[in-house]
Amino acid sequence: MTLLRIEDLDVHYGDFQALSGVSLSVDHGGSLALVGANGAGKSTLLRTIAGAHPATGGRITLDGTGITTAPPHHRVRAGIALVPEGRRLFPSLTAEENIKVGGRAWPLDRVYDVFPLIARCRNRRAALLSGGEQQAVAIARALASGPRLLLLDEISLGLAPAVVDDLYDVLAVLRAEGTALVLVEQDLARARAAGDHLICLLEGRVVLATAAADAPLEKVISAYFGTSQ
Amino acid sequence: MNAAVQGVLLGGGYALIACGLSLTFGVMRLVNLAHGDFAVCGAYLALVLAHWQHVPAWYTLPLLLPAAALAGAALHVTVLKRALRGGELSPVLVTFGLSVVIENLLLVYASADTRGLPGGAWSQASIALPGDVVVSWIRLTGLLTALVVLGGLQLLLARSAWGRRVRATADDPDTARLVGIRIRPLLAGVAAIAVATAALAGVFLGLISGFDPQSGGLILIFAFEAVVIGGIGSLWGTLIGGIALGLTQQLVGQWHAQYAVLAVHLLFLLVLAVRRWT
Repeated sequence: MTLLRIEDLDVHYGDFQALSGVSLSVDHGGSLALVGANGAGKSTLLRTIAGAHPATGGRITLDGTGITTAPPHHRVRAGIALVPEGRRLFPSLTAEENIKVGGRAWPLDRVYDVFPLIARCRNRRAALLSGGEQQAVAIARALASGPRLLLLDEISLGLAPAVVDDLYDVLAVLRAEGTALVLVEQDLARARAAGDHLICLLEGRVVLATAAADAPLEKVISAYFGTSQ
Repeated sequence: MNAAVQGVLLGGGYALIACGLSLTFGVMRLVNLAHGDFAVCGAYLALVLAHWQHVPAWYTLPLLLPAAALAGAALHVTVLKRALRGGELSPVLVTFGLSVVIENLLLVYASADTRGLPGGAWSQASIALPGDVVVSWIRLTGLLTALVVLGGLQLLLARSAWGRRVRATADDPDTARLVGIRIRPLLAGVAAIAVATAALAGVFLGLISGFDPQSGGLILIFAFEAVVIGGIGSLWGTLIGGIALGLTQQLVGQWHAQYAVLAVHLLFLLVLAVRRWT
């Protein structure tokens, strides 16, 4: 059953069209990997789903309810949470305070069970955390609102592979518990492994939409660089 | 010794005036040039209510503070919210315009006469301490009120869920929106607190010294200097800044009254210069 449906989505920054006619859907508990070169519109798409950017055309529905023009706090309440690119923690708040700001749907004990890394730095200001700790806190902050759909924007950026492995292990647990994921990932192998479906964006348009397991790497790479068009 | 004690007491008053300014700048990045005029409005409203009910100005606080808070929230919703969307210069211009409008309305409706608030016999009382130190009850109450207000606000910001949301919004309003924080009511609450504390400071101003429609400008300058000396956005820093101003004014005034206010402004410039070099 479809949780998120996007139909013919257009997004503009002034005169510049960042997304053009994007359509996709994500099932309850499903996962979708978004790939594409820098500037392809991946982050814009996630931020538009989260309500940070207004859609200039098209329609976004969550569980059949239109949220195209809903403000961000309505979308959070409806079950959408974004882990933004660059983590964007609140630097003057401690790790624990950052998580509490996100909501109370996840008790802190559960957060520390899932992310033992955070338990050790819970009272440290976010600005003083390592990259891996910051990313774990950013994911925990999103989970604190109890999302049905988790949007993850390049969570592996700048992190050691072992840390990224740990974070993806957590995502696998979340999926098993029924949380749907939409993740932007530059590592094509990881994107194909983590998503049921894979969408490649090029200059704001969907140029490849396929089941992740069926996507030959060459086909994804040629869509990524636009050589298939 | 007496001058130092008087300086600390005077500084408490400055800190009380400045805490709302510190809050709005720290959280909303709003340079509110009408803050002093809000304090003066509070003093005039207290005057009207006290005369109407024939009571000391203290008794008006239960009515005055909620009214000021409501006015602050309404001001945010109707004016400041839009001004904040217009870039860095827009709030400065808008609050400057507000200041001019308030001063002129007060001149029209309240005249240019200097007024004082009725505080009853208690407001005139003082206690004599060893070493020729005389402490005015009203100034002591002003300092204690500043400590309670600043301490309460600090506690609210540090410990409550509302405070966490306010600090998160001050850090990064765009991300705060994305994690589900409703920015508009939150900032309206901050504006409500800022205007209520300004009105409270205005009542103390009216009880301790006189006020007239144009007192707001001078109040604003002292409040700004307290905020900047203490560190922008830091509430305890604002208290320290206020006390530093009060001590400077009283100690220099002891030596030569003419230079007291000048010394305060020089201290402010010195702090700015040192911060720039360090």
